Amino acid sequence: MNKLETLKQNLAGKFKIENYKFIHAVGDDVLEVPKEDVPALLLFLRENGHFDFLMDVCGVDFPNREKRFDVVYHLFSSKDASRLRVKAQVGENESIGTVLPAWKGADWFEREAYDMFGIKFEGHPNLRRILTHHQFVGHPLRKDYDANLQQPCTSSLPIHFNNEPGSPGDVLNDKYVPLNIGPAHTAMHGTLRVMAEMDGETIVRCNNEIGYLHRCFEKMAETHPYNQVIPYTDRLNYCSAPMNNIGYCKAVERLLGVEIPPKAQAMRVILAELSRIIDHTIAIGTGAMDLGALTSFFYMFGLREQVYGLFEKLCGARLTVSMTRVGGMAQDAPEGWFDEVLALCKEIRKGTDEMASMVLDNKIFILRTKNVCPVSAQDAIQWGYTGPLLRASGVNLDLRKAKPYYGYDALDFDVPVGTTGDIYDRYLVRFEEMRQSVRIIEQVCKNVPGGDYTIRDKGIVLPEKKDVYGNIEGLMNHFMLIIKGLRPPVGEVYDATEAANGELGFYLVSDGSANPYRLKVRPPCFAIYQSYPTVVKGAMLADAIATVASMNLIAGELDR
Amino acid sequence: MSRDVAFTSRLDALVAWGQKNSLWPMPYGTACCGIEFMSVMGPKYDLARFGAEVARFSPRQADLLVVAGTITEKMAPVITRIYQQMLEPKYVISMGACASSGGFYRAYHVLQGVDKVIPVDVYIPGCPPTPEAVMDGIMALQRMIATRQPRPWKDNWKYPYEQT
Repeated sequence: MNKLETLKQNLAGKFKIENYKFIHAVGDDVLEVPKEDVPALLLFLRENGHFDFLMDVCGVDFPNREKRFDVVYHLFSSKDASRLRVKAQVGENESIGTVLPAWKGADWFEREAYDMFGIKFEGHPNLRRILTHHQFVGHPLRKDYDANLQQPCTSSLPIHFNNEPGSPGDVLNDKYVPLNIGPAHTAMHGTLRVMAEMDGETIVRCNNEIGYLHRCFEKMAETHPYNQVIPYTDRLNYCSAPMNNIGYCKAVERLLGVEIPPKAQAMRVILAELSRIIDHTIAIGTGAMDLGALTSFFYMFGLREQVYGLFEKLCGARLTVSMTRVGGMAQDAPEGWFDEVLALCKEIRKGTDEMASMVLDNKIFILRTKNVCPVSAQDAIQWGYTGPLLRASGVNLDLRKAKPYYGYDALDFDVPVGTTGDIYDRYLVRFEEMRQSVRIIEQVCKNVPGGDYTIRDKGIVLPEKKDVYGNIEGLMNHFMLIIKGLRPPVGEVYDATEAANGELGFYLVSDGSANPYRLKVRPPCFAIYQSYPTVVKGAMLADAIATVASMNLIAGELDR
Repeated sequence: MSRDVAFTSRLDALVAWGQKNSLWPMPYGTACCGIEFMSVMGPKYDLARFGAEVARFSPRQADLLVVAGTITEKMAPVITRIYQQMLEPKYVISMGACASSGGFYRAYHVLQGVDKVIPVDVYIPGCPPTPEAVMDGIMALQRMIATRQPRPWKDNWKYPYEQT
């Protein structure tokens, strides 16, 4: 409560705080303000309130309300890891001022809110559709849009560039060669599209287009019960699926106000760190492949297969595991599983060192990546970078240290930080993180706490099968939970975990029913990828490819 | 009696045998299935053993399009274009639930099955399919090629969009 009081004092006199509402909801600080104040207030909060990150901007639709939409800004302070949510109400035909002057990273976030809800941001230079295709009519995340109403697309957009202020818009320059890369291109990972204007080998202008893998995750979450959303989260970042499960379940658990038992926490930490390792192996392996080295791919997939083997033993699935449930894990680890993890740690350590010497000491690799497309710490914060890319730029921010969860504060590990933020630094940070993850796993595996792997709240977790088939109470509990679904109280929560690529946040609004009313994902690479045209401007084409690879873009979470 | 008649039928079989053992797949990996297809290509499962080794990322150099991952409405014109650019004879494998039917994405922006725009020869079930299932799918396709199975879905296929 203290923080809100200080905030109140800071804002007093500068803004009409008698119109503001200061709320403390489920551990989050929330500020409800009139929409006219938003741009000035956020600029003030950035400069004086130490909220240096804009993590997300999203809309929420309340069709029966007079002012239909909530526009929600998620702020984060890297100084003390505190969060603030600023909410403003906007009517159907009204517009709200853009916060682009305060954060460059607001660009795509606002475009997405426009695309999904039709909320207009006044002063945004390029308010176009971003996730849905250009022939799409309507705004899909509005409550009155049917989830199953497909609209065919019959053509692709021609090469186009952002309408930057002062530039003549989408007109191509005769002097330069327009070049389209992707969406079906190896270096573009299947679903990214980059359009560049080339002067010889140098990129004069660049633009990227996303939305080729927009699978409507958020709409699907709205139309499914809480536990059935878990498989969808698997497919957000399919390179490290367990981490997404954990992030989602953690958000729901916080809204429910339950704490999972120590054994489930330990299992989640192990799963998360294993997925961090395999995510980095993919990032490094395919990254080196994009630079022309095929061997690394085979090396990395050898390692990855071994981790898959452990996942398979744990739950039967390889890639999309859906191992967590709200309240704990789906099942206990089999006999001897933790010992196998410990044994694998040795292999991973050896493999990482081998791989690091193969990649990082390679002269060609160094020449291709060192001092290529660097991102300064200041820029990285402006764009909303998180995770390895932010740390490569020299900002020491890791949610596992800044805001520890699941007992990370009791574990001994370091956070690697780079200096220049060039591509080489990103790979350095990733390799070191893999080593640190192995350290964490070893510490957790050596003393796994005993006890249950899930809570036993009848309203949240299904009873065990022997009870379902063995006694009438278990059968009834099972029926009730399946038919009614688990129902968190009315409220909203934003919860974030440190995923392999940065902060993975889930903003969850509950109206007390069995489905989430609104679930907004804050995927790490969405904020990162919007900086791409600026980062590669003036670089060589080959450097642009290396940059895409180093950003570790996962289209599933980028487009959702 | 003309020698050519007998020779042609044997040549057919010979060509079919050669074709089935030298598939050049073009992986169209858009999502999770793409990662799993990389596993099939990778060291443990090693698709090369089935004579389907050389993954080509250009439609002009490939004869097998492996659609691995969700195809959205926005992607549909692109994949149709890619299929059109491939040279004959060409085959399509639809890998995983999303590509085959839209999967559990019964959603506004997901194409409910890639067969809405291009003809599919083999469907591989799973979300994502295990590497073993992918190999089974490839072997099924190889049997189809070896026996010269008629493929009416492909013969009757028309480009679904207006030509510009």
